[in-house]
Amino acid sequence: MSYWYYPGCSLKSNGKPYEESLLAVLRALNVPVRELDDWNCCGATSYMSVDEVQAFSLAARNLALAEHASRQTTEKGVPQLIAPCAACFLVLTKTQRYVEQHEHLARRVHAGLAAVGLEYRGEVRVRHPLDVFLNDIGLPRIAELGKRRLAGMRVACYYGCQVVRPFATFDSAHNPTSMDRLVEALGAKAVRWPLKTRCCGGTLTGTIRDVGLRLSQLLLQEAVRRGVDAIVTVCPLCQFNLECYQQEIGRTLQEPFRMPVVFLTQLMGRAFGLPEADLGMRRLFVPLAPALARHEGGQPAHA
Amino acid sequence: MRDVGSNGSPRIGIYVCHCGTNIAGTVDVKAVANYAAGLPGVVLSREYKYMCSDPGQELIQQDIRGHKLTRVIVASCSPLLHEHTFRHAIAQGGLNPYFLQMVNIRENVSWVNEDPRAATVKAKDLLRAAVYRVGYHKALERKKVPIDPHVLVVGGGIAGIHAALTLANAGKKVYLVEREATIGGHMAMFDKTFPTLDCAACILTPKMSAVKTHPNITLWTYSEVVGVEGFVGNYKIKVKRKPRYIKEDLCVGCMECVTACIFKEARFPDEFNQGLSKRKPVYIPFPQATPQLVLFDPEACIQLKSGRCKQSCVEACDRKAIDFRQTVEFEDITVGTIILATGFQAFDASRLPYYGYGIYSNVYTALEVERLINASGPTGGEVVLRDGRKPKAVGIIHCVGSRDEKTNRWCSRVCCMYSLKLAHLVKEHTDATIYNFYIDMRTPGKGYEEFYDKLLKEGVHFIRGRVAEVSDWARTPDEEGRLLLRVEDTLVGTVRRIPLDMVILAVGLEPRADAQDVRRLFNISCSTEGFFLERHPKLAPVNTFTDGIFIAGACQGPRDIPDAVAQAGAAAAEALALIDAGYVELEPNTAYITEEDCSGCRSCIPLCPYSAITFLGDKKKAAINEALCKGCGTCVAACPSGSIRQNLFEDEEIFSEIDGLFAHDVAVL
Repeated sequence: MSYWYYPGCSLKSNGKPYEESLLAVLRALNVPVRELDDWNCCGATSYMSVDEVQAFSLAARNLALAEHASRQTTEKGVPQLIAPCAACFLVLTKTQRYVEQHEHLARRVHAGLAAVGLEYRGEVRVRHPLDVFLNDIGLPRIAELGKRRLAGMRVACYYGCQVVRPFATFDSAHNPTSMDRLVEALGAKAVRWPLKTRCCGGTLTGTIRDVGLRLSQLLLQEAVRRGVDAIVTVCPLCQFNLECYQQEIGRTLQEPFRMPVVFLTQLMGRAFGLPEADLGMRRLFVPLAPALARHEGGQPAHA
Repeated sequence: MRDVGSNGSPRIGIYVCHCGTNIAGTVDVKAVANYAAGLPGVVLSREYKYMCSDPGQELIQQDIRGHKLTRVIVASCSPLLHEHTFRHAIAQGGLNPYFLQMVNIRENVSWVNEDPRAATVKAKDLLRAAVYRVGYHKALERKKVPIDPHVLVVGGGIAGIHAALTLANAGKKVYLVEREATIGGHMAMFDKTFPTLDCAACILTPKMSAVKTHPNITLWTYSEVVGVEGFVGNYKIKVKRKPRYIKEDLCVGCMECVTACIFKEARFPDEFNQGLSKRKPVYIPFPQATPQLVLFDPEACIQLKSGRCKQSCVEACDRKAIDFRQTVEFEDITVGTIILATGFQAFDASRLPYYGYGIYSNVYTALEVERLINASGPTGGEVVLRDGRKPKAVGIIHCVGSRDEKTNRWCSRVCCMYSLKLAHLVKEHTDATIYNFYIDMRTPGKGYEEFYDKLLKEGVHFIRGRVAEVSDWARTPDEEGRLLLRVEDTLVGTVRRIPLDMVILAVGLEPRADAQDVRRLFNISCSTEGFFLERHPKLAPVNTFTDGIFIAGACQGPRDIPDAVAQAGAAAAEALALIDAGYVELEPNTAYITEEDCSGCRSCIPLCPYSAITFLGDKKKAAINEALCKGCGTCVAACPSGSIRQNLFEDEEIFSEIDGLFAHDVAVL
């Protein structure tokens, strides 16, 4: 099975390390992906609150492109579209549900697409990398590749609000465990923490700053309290909020933090023994290396 | 088109019922009656407010005599409700009861149509179909079949126990079949009962002993019903008896084998104590288990698993009661009536991860806390946390798996009351601060509201709001190691965060996981949520749609002990009514074979779900046992030579009815 890759704006900008590490990890797993040609904004946040029909049409254009592209190939089966960014994943999934369930909306979206010579048939399946790792590739294969075990490392798996809510397509909405199972397959310890899906502050860090920072701070505090080496996430905005504002939170709230916040795929790439440069490690503000160094040494390569 | 007048020129009387406004509110009953008056063979056509009332029935009887009616049609409710009434009425009036045809213009018309015009047209159509059919009705007779006085009771909880004792005390022989190793059911696990706070064991165990010693009760525990055949009055039952690896007639429950078991420590989760304590591979479920017999757990016993144990238990047993070669045995019995009292299962709280059950060790289900409070429970009646500490603050979350669109939508009825009971008992045992988190307090019942009032006075806190989550997200040093509960207090209008040491989940009641299998086995129905379906929610609450099979207790829906016992008594009374009548009358809507047309092909025989058809070797013809035939019609449709016919569903009757249905009259439309 091959996959179409929909990066969205984040993975080309502040989420660059997510893109780099995701593609490197998929390469290592021999999973072919092709970036969707001529993709556009997923239609997230601002669009959705200004004009729903336009937002859904934008999202549907990407879905239509994926379906069209897959028809050009000789491959059979349902086209698979990987949307790694939590917001993209949510908006694309939401678009599919809404177009399927609301006829009046579907009519307008289809008309819009037809105007540019596109057609959305509802054939494509929107997939999150967690889903692909767990259900298509499987834990045994991933564990097998994880030669540089993360043994001893304690991580907090942070899913954010969008990956399993409101559409729990591949994991529990209240207690998701897919990321926990992945990191544990690679030897790390996923600590139990109840903040897995709590708000990181989202765009509030840019609008109502003190509230946004306060929400990020709660997460960081709890991660420290649980004694983790890093927070692991699959959302570019979560990663951005939790990592980039650490200094500012420290300044305003008199609580300094130095907590690595990494993308799951960076950690996976590290466990697979891929070169640092391929994993965007150097783009991190709070480097992961010290945490890793703490646990290496005594731990032999996966025998 | 068939000429209705040709069949002995029936004189038909028509009665259109208003059913108050149930029918007349939607259907123009006058117009329907007037229309019917002009149909062929109709001598008179009336409409009346309540046909089922005495004056209504009287009216029919007078008309039969005065107008020499030979056929009667009543257009009213479902025949399920009043066919019997009207058949009886016309029989009293001197007609064969099967010269009646009912037309259902309530459930099939007025209740399901909003448009009065369309409803009236449909009522006329259905009535016309009946007029075309009724002339072909033959005089039929009900057959009497003797009833077997034995009763099968399935399930040995309080409902099954009460039903069995009631019947046994009336002198009837009862087989009580229980799946577990002991009777007692859920009630045996409770410490106290609400609202009187009397000890559950003190009121239950005398009844358990009475079951064991009653000469009229055959008690089979650790057994399951696996086969049900036959019909009301004559059910053939197959019971599977699982091996305990103990000769029941020899074991006296001395427990010497338990002491001698090579497992010196109890290592296996004790089911009766909800896994809060351990037991050995050989055990008695609880001190008052009835019967007082040990059993071996084949998943845990080394001898049963591998055959390589030194069997110190066998050595310890003076009475030579242990038999590792025991296998499954089957008993075949015949009974006339059956009472199902198979109970409920508690909602699995781990389905709601935000309440932390299975994640945080100090989150308990209500049943677990019942065991903690109980003197014979895992802590000897001490309400303590897993680390032995006494809780200082305890929260009880109501409606866990009840009144919830994501899980079960129904109210489980008992949780408010048992939560109050637990609040009282936990406070009594620990002096902790107790919070109840509820959506609505539901305390209808004798002495229940007073009990709620008493709890309010005892200083238990009641916070109205559905709990959002239970976590260990401590934010201050004194919150460390505690459970943090977040809830919207809807009366104060604020979100609260409450540190607790223990959380008790008031789990709801749901149908047993295998309720559908049991339903199929006994050929009864389930309602949408999966509880067994009663014949009528108000007027036949313990009957099922299968004659001779009754339901009692929480298998029919969530209920408390008083209601379960009341229902068990009612089910026993229904069974007694059948038994003491001595016979059942069978509906004559059975299939019969026209011998001269039967080619003896036997294709009908394997199709009959009731094994009612046999092959007469000498005549080379099939024959139908009327007592076994349920009138399903399968053989009638399948017979290649058309030699099987069915009373009340004769070809002429059906085809005329169809003709009538489509004999549209332009004026009607």
